Amino acid sequence: MEKFISHTGTAVPLRRSNVDTDQIIPAVYLKRVTKSGFEDGLFAAWRNDPEFVLNQPQYKEATILVAGADFGTGSSREHAVWALQNHGFKAVISSRFADIFRGNSLKGGLLTVILPQDVVEKIWNAIEADPSTPVTVDLEAKNVRLGSEIYPFELDDYTRWRLMEGLDDIGLTLKNIDEVTAYESKRPSYKPKTLPARS
Amino acid sequence: MVNLRGSSPNEGAGMSKTLAEKIWADHVVRSAEGEPDLVYIDLHLIHEVTSAQAFDGLRLAGRIVRRPDLTIATEDHNTPTLNIDQPIADPVSRLQVDTLRKNAAEFGIRIHSLGDAEQGIVHVVGPQLGITQPGMTIVCGDSHTSTHGAFGALAFGIGTSEVEHVLATQTLPLVRPKTMAINVDGVLPEGVTAKDVILAIIAKIGTGGGQGYVIEYRGSTIRNLSMEGRMTICNMSIEAGARAGLIAPDETTFEYVKRKPHAPQGEDWDAAVAYWKTLHTDEGAKFDTEIFLKAEELAPFVTWGTNPGQGLPLNASVPNPADIADVEERGAAERALTYMGLEAGVPLKSIKVDTIFLGSCTNGRIEDLRAAAEIIKGKKKADSVRMLVVPGSARVRLQAEQEGLDKVFIDFGAEWRNAGCSMCLGMNPDQLAVGERSASTSNRNFEGRQGKGGRTHLVSPLVAAATAIRGTLSSPADL
Repeated sequence: MEKFISHTGTAVPLRRSNVDTDQIIPAVYLKRVTKSGFEDGLFAAWRNDPEFVLNQPQYKEATILVAGADFGTGSSREHAVWALQNHGFKAVISSRFADIFRGNSLKGGLLTVILPQDVVEKIWNAIEADPSTPVTVDLEAKNVRLGSEIYPFELDDYTRWRLMEGLDDIGLTLKNIDEVTAYESKRPSYKPKTLPARS
Repeated sequence: MVNLRGSSPNEGAGMSKTLAEKIWADHVVRSAEGEPDLVYIDLHLIHEVTSAQAFDGLRLAGRIVRRPDLTIATEDHNTPTLNIDQPIADPVSRLQVDTLRKNAAEFGIRIHSLGDAEQGIVHVVGPQLGITQPGMTIVCGDSHTSTHGAFGALAFGIGTSEVEHVLATQTLPLVRPKTMAINVDGVLPEGVTAKDVILAIIAKIGTGGGQGYVIEYRGSTIRNLSMEGRMTICNMSIEAGARAGLIAPDETTFEYVKRKPHAPQGEDWDAAVAYWKTLHTDEGAKFDTEIFLKAEELAPFVTWGTNPGQGLPLNASVPNPADIADVEERGAAERALTYMGLEAGVPLKSIKVDTIFLGSCTNGRIEDLRAAAEIIKGKKKADSVRMLVVPGSARVRLQAEQEGLDKVFIDFGAEWRNAGCSMCLGMNPDQLAVGERSASTSNRNFEGRQGKGGRTHLVSPLVAAATAIRGTLSSPADL
C-alpha cells in the first residue's frame, strides 16, 4: 500500500447526505474481478446529469471529495473505495462515515477525514467560491488546511501509523500468528466446521 | 491517544457484561495497548462479488487459506433466477461466478453452486445448514451478515481487504464497538411483522443512529418472534448504521439449530447448549445507549423515500419536506420525493405499484413465503402488477414446492423463480425499468438499487401480498 503522509490538491463539494455505496458505484459495475477500472461506475447515475458537480470542468482535477453526513452507508462493497481511488481521489471529508465504508477506506489507503458539519460547510463555501483553492490533508499533523484556516481532525494512532508507513494489515497479523495457533488449540470441539460437508 | 478498546461502562474483570461483550471477550486472540483487538473468526461466508480480489491478493503474496474448514462459499448476488441449468448468459457475470468456482477448487473451499440444493443467499444458507450457531463470530463480504446475529452470534459485514485478511489468518483486527439496547415490549397488533418493527426502529434512530454500535434487540416482543422474524430484524441493523445486531439465544434458537445438518452431536450438543445458555446480557450490565419501543404502537410500515430511515406507517401520507426542521434532512426529503415521483400529502395507500418483489435475505425464508401465500391463496393479482417470488435458497424453494406454495403463487399470477439475491440489488437480469415502482420485501430503497431509475418501497411480505392483490400499497386489513 502507498504511504499516506500529506496530500495537497483541489476539492469537490458534494452537497448530499446519506450517499450510499450503491450511489458511489451501482451493483451492475461490480462484476469485474480486478481492483482497477471502477472509475467508469463512480456515481454512474448522477453523472448522467451534466450539472452534477463531478461533471463541472472546474472540479475535474479534484483529488479530495467533501461530502455530506453519513457518507458510504449501505453495502459493504469495497469497490466503492476502489472507484473513488481509480477516479483519482486521495481523501474524503465528511462529518460522519458509515462504519464499513470507513474501515474499507482506511485499509485501502483512501484517507477518510471526519470534520464537524460546520467546518464541512465552510470548506464547501470556500471551494465553491474558488474551485482552485488548494486543500491540504495532512495526516502527520492531523489537520486539514485551506489558506490560513487550519482544521484539526482525529484518527487513532495505530491506524495513522499504519497509513503513514503504508503497512499491510495481514503482514502485521502474521507476525503474531503463533498467538492465533495457541487460541485455536483451545477452541471447543462443538464449534461447527464446514468440512466435511453434512446435509 | 484514542482508546482503541472503547470506553465500556462494564469495564473490569468480574463486572456484569452485555451479550456482545461476552462474545467479544471469548474471541480475543491478542489484546495490546494502542492496537485494535485481534479477534478470531469462527465462520467465513463467501460469495462471488466480494472475494475474487481477495483470492488474487493471497496468490500474489503466496499465502494459503488458513482454515478452509471454517469457510464456505455460495453463488447468489449476480446469478440468474431463470434457466439456471444453462450457462449464465451475461459473460461478465459468468466470469465472476467461474472465478469463485476456480478459487474454491484451488484453495479447498466448500462451494454450493447454482443447481445445488444448498445454493442460495449466503445468509439463508448458513442458518439452514446449521453452521450459524450461538456465540460465534461470523463474517462475510456482505453488509447483511448481521442477519446471523439472530442466533446470538456476533456477525458483521466486511470489505474485500478484510475478506483477504480472514482467509489468510482467520482473524480480524477490530476496534471494540459500543453497545446499544433496543427494547421492544408488548404484543404486536394483527398484521404487524418483524419487518415493520425494524422499519419503525430505523425510522426512529435514523440511518446513522447505530454507527459505531452493536445493537442488542431485547424485550418480550423480540422473545416471541420466530427465528425467521429475528433474522429479519437483525438483517436490517446495517440500515440503522450498526454493523451488527444480535438477540440472546433461547429455547427457540436451540430448537431451530438442533434440526440442522451441522448441529453439534451427542456430548458436543450438551456442551454447546450449556455454553449457549450463558449467552445473555447479565443483570446490571450497562449499555452505552438504550432505546425503547412499544409493540402496541407499531403498524404496518412502508418507506416513501430513498433511504431506509424514510419510512412511515402505511396509514400515513407522503410527508411535506417543508415540515422538516433539519436542513440536511429537508434537502434529502426533497430530493427523495423528486426521485420517487411523489407529491407531499398524498396518502401512501393511494400509491400505485408496478412490481412486487418477494424475496431477499431479509424476507426470502420459508416463513415469509408461507405468510404471503396465506394472503393471496385463491386470489388473482391485480392486472397492472407483476410479481416475482424469489426463494432465499434452493432448499427454501424445494420446501415451498413440497408445501404446494409454488402453485399458490403461480395460480395467483406470480413468477416462481430460482434462488438468489435477484431484484434486491438488481445485479442479475431481475431489475426495475426507469420510473418503475416496486413494493419490495428487501432491505434498501436507495436510488437505482433495484435498477437504474427504479423506485422502491420497502414493505413486509404481508403488505407485499396485499399490494399485489390491490395494485396500490395495502395491508391485509384493506382486503
